[in-house]
Amino acid sequence: MTPMLGIMASSISGSKAVTSSYESIATTTVGSGGTSTITFSSIPATFKHLQIRILARSNYAVQLQDYLKLRYNSDSGANYAVHNLLGDGTSATSFDSTSTTSNWIQRISAAGATASAFGGAVVDILDYANTNKYKTMRNLGGVDNNGSGRIYLTSGLWQSTSAITSITITPGDGTSFDQYSSFALYGIKG
Amino acid sequence: MAAGSTYTPIATNTLGSAASTVTFSSIAGTYTDLVLISNTKFTTPSIPTGNALWLQFNGDTATNYSDTYMYGDGTSAASGRVGSTTTFFVGNSDGTNFNITKTNIFNYANTTTYKTALSRSDTPAAYAVSYVSLWRSTAAITSILIGNSTGSTFTAGSTFTLYGIASA
Repeated sequence: MTPMLGIMASSISGSKAVTSSYESIATTTVGSGGTSTITFSSIPATFKHLQIRILARSNYAVQLQDYLKLRYNSDSGANYAVHNLLGDGTSATSFDSTSTTSNWIQRISAAGATASAFGGAVVDILDYANTNKYKTMRNLGGVDNNGSGRIYLTSGLWQSTSAITSITITPGDGTSFDQYSSFALYGIKG
Repeated sequence: MAAGSTYTPIATNTLGSAASTVTFSSIAGTYTDLVLISNTKFTTPSIPTGNALWLQFNGDTATNYSDTYMYGDGTSAASGRVGSTTTFFVGNSDGTNFNITKTNIFNYANTTTYKTALSRSDTPAAYAVSYVSLWRSTAAITSILIGNSTGSTFTAGSTFTLYGIASA
């Protein structure tokens, strides 16, 4: 499993041991024709934190970029809030959205973006199985199109003490995710 | 449901002597994402805090790279971008402290999409910075060259660790 790796200009140190605290739970890669919804269900409560690693593109034709809507346990109530810090290549600004029906994740490429370019996001969901806390997430995400693009830092809140057992992700403005988009869920032990 | 442990350390490179670049080569395509964690300091204390770390893949020296970034310097927040360059930036470092840059390289081995990277970089004396970066190539990444915008030398003790994450 450990690949051959060449290193130059230094000495080499470090362990090759496989860490045991970060595990792959499930992955969805979108096939031809796209898909409108990504769902991770039956998430076990055996980890401390979750991480979702996203590389995606939507069919939204109006802009170069799109965002994602994330819901837990199919809760469609106005129980979510987010705050964002973003850079658009010219200036840095901030905005929020409270009492919304989903957490917003930023940011993925859309139909007008550079061909073959996909936006990325790393989403951390903390203490997801705890039944005494509201759930907090954070996100680093962005899109670069060689001349345009945005980078985001996002914090999100789900006002529920329920353990998270399912996560649903949909495009914010588009109607489907493009082929080759991938969504990978990982668990981190604590 | 879990498919097993991952986030595997592939290699750690601790500089035994100063070097201006570091190369990871012969990277196998057995993972889904790569994570590169750099802890760097330059040999010259007067190096400007805005000296940027860059990556270049597979020896591609053409103008196929670009990035968009934002930062806070303790006074204000700002954003900028660089397009059609021969490397893309992922963070900043200086000659005063050991600075941290963590770079996520998504789906690095696929041969269908361009390659996207997300980075968080912390230069305690000056900046907190985030980057999104694009390499306009569908080639699988098999080598990574790490350098900096002024051609300065990283001091001995600087570390570069490459991890692989395999999805289910």
